[in-house]
Amino acid sequence: MNTINTEKIKKDFQIFKNKPNLVYLDSGATSFTPDIVVKSMDEYYYKCRANTSRGVYELSEKATQKYEKVRRKVKNFINANDESEIVFTSGTTASINLVAFGLKDTLKHDDEILITASEHHANLIPWQRLVNNENLKVLNISSTGEIDLDEFKNKISKKTKVLAIAHVSNVLGTIYPIKELIKIAKKNNPQIITVIDGAQSVPHIKTDVLDLDCDFLTFSAHKMCGPTGVGVLYGKKTKLDKLTPLFTGGDMIEEVTFKNSIFTEIPHRLEAGSANISGVIGLGSAIDYIENIGIENIRNHEIKLLEYATNKLKETFGDEIEIFGPIDTKKRSGVISFKFKSYHPHDIASILDSYSNICVRAGNHCAMPLHNEVLHVLATTRASFYFYNTKKDIDIFVKGLKKVEQILK
Amino acid sequence: MSIYQEQILQHYHNPSNNGILQNSTHSSSRNNPTCGDKMRIDMIIKDNKITDISFSGEGCAISQATASMLTEQLKGEKIEKLNNMTKEDIISILGIELSHARLKCALLSLETAQKALNNPKYNEKR
Repeated sequence: MNTINTEKIKKDFQIFKNKPNLVYLDSGATSFTPDIVVKSMDEYYYKCRANTSRGVYELSEKATQKYEKVRRKVKNFINANDESEIVFTSGTTASINLVAFGLKDTLKHDDEILITASEHHANLIPWQRLVNNENLKVLNISSTGEIDLDEFKNKISKKTKVLAIAHVSNVLGTIYPIKELIKIAKKNNPQIITVIDGAQSVPHIKTDVLDLDCDFLTFSAHKMCGPTGVGVLYGKKTKLDKLTPLFTGGDMIEEVTFKNSIFTEIPHRLEAGSANISGVIGLGSAIDYIENIGIENIRNHEIKLLEYATNKLKETFGDEIEIFGPIDTKKRSGVISFKFKSYHPHDIASILDSYSNICVRAGNHCAMPLHNEVLHVLATTRASFYFYNTKKDIDIFVKGLKKVEQILK
Repeated sequence: MSIYQEQILQHYHNPSNNGILQNSTHSSSRNNPTCGDKMRIDMIIKDNKITDISFSGEGCAISQATASMLTEQLKGEKIEKLNNMTKEDIISILGIELSHARLKCALLSLETAQKALNNPKYNEKR
C-alpha cells in the first residue's frame, strides 16, 4: 500500500491550476478529469476520427481497435470472464434501464423485485415501471444505514425475480455486503437475477464481478475520472443473451428485411447506433490512470479522510451536526451526508460556496424516498471525497461551516 | 456580493405573515422537488382585494425571506398586483442577484400565491 501524494496528483488536473483555491467535495456527483484522459479523447478527434465497425478503410479500423481495446480493459478492471460481457452505454441510468427493459418479457405478473430503501432514483423508477406496486419490495435500512440480514433472508423467496441494489449508497456511504447478500439470495432462489448499481463503488473500491457473483453490474465513467455520457453494463454472458434490446437500429443486426430482423450477438446487440467513441476511449484512459494510482491506495486514502473529517466535525460541532450512515469507516465509503442544526442544506451549500469556494451537494441526491420516509428530513448536505482531496480541504470545510453558523446564527 | 444580506437574514429570522389563516378564501401549496422545500400560501380576498395573506412551510433562508417580503408587499393590495408580478419583481424586492438554482427558491412563494389566486375553489385539506 502506498500513500497518495496529493501535491503531485493535483498537477495532473488542469482544473486545479485554473481554480487553485477550489475545495471540491462533490466527487460523488461527478469527479474531475485528469488532462491525460482529455488528451486521449482529443487524439481520437485529431488522429483517427471515423466511425467504428462500419468502414473498411484504415481510419475506421483504427477507431474500432481503440474502442474495442477499452472493452478488454474494462473486462480486466472488473475481472469479467469475457469481453463480450461488457456493454457500453451512456451511464449507470441507461445501463439499469437496459436491464429493466430487457427483462420485461421474462417477468410474470406475480413476480417480485427487491430493492433497498436507500436506492438512487435510477435504481428505483425503472423497477417501478416493471411490476405492480405491491410486488416491488423494499428492504429497510436501519438508522445506522445498514441492512438486517434476517429481514433480507425473509424477503427473498422463489417469487423474487430480481434483486437490484447499490453496492454503495450515494447518500449514506454504506458499503453493503454484496457478496454475502448475493450468496443468500441465490441460496433462497437459484433463479434470481442480481443487479448491482456500482456507480458509487467501482470508482472507489476494488470490484470483482466473479468474486461478487453478480449477474449485472452498472457504472459511470464520469464518477471515475472519465468523461460524461459514458457508462458500462456488465452482464454474465448467459444473462446478457436473454435481454430484449431496449434500442434497435444500426449496428445491432445480422439481417434485416422489411418484415423482420435478426439481431446480432452481444455486446453489439445492445449497442444500437453510433457509439460515444471518444467517450469510451476516455474511459479506457481513466481506468489506466486509476490503476496507476491503485484502487486500494484510493480506498485507503479515502478512509483516512473519512476518519479525519468525522472526528473533526464531531470535535467542532458535537451534537449540532448529525451524520447519517455507518459510524465504522470500514463499512463506509468517502461520503458524509449530514444535518447541521436547523439550517437548510441549500443555505449551507450556498454559504460554503460564496465564502469559502467549497463545492458540496445539497438536496435529496436523487434519493427522495430515503430522505422523506427513512431519514425524515427534507434534504441533506453531502460532502464526498476522492483521491485528490486533502486534510487541508477538510480543515477549510470545517472552517466554512463555522462561517455558516456565524451568518445564519 | 453574498446573497445573505442583512435584510434577507432579518426576514429569515423574524418573518412577517408566517402561519396559517384558518378563514382563508384562497390557499395553495407547492413543492420544490430538488431541495424538498414546501410552501403554502393562504389569502383572504374581498372585493378583489387581498385583505390578509400568510405563508407557511419549510425551506431555505431565500425562500422563507422572499415569502415574508412578498406577503408584506401584497397585504391590502388589489389582486391585479399579484397577477401582474413577475420574476423581475421578485429580484427587485430581494435586491440581489441569484443563480438559476437559487432563483427557484426565491420564486416559490410567488408561484404558490398566483396558483392560489387562479384556483379559488382549491382548498387544501390539512
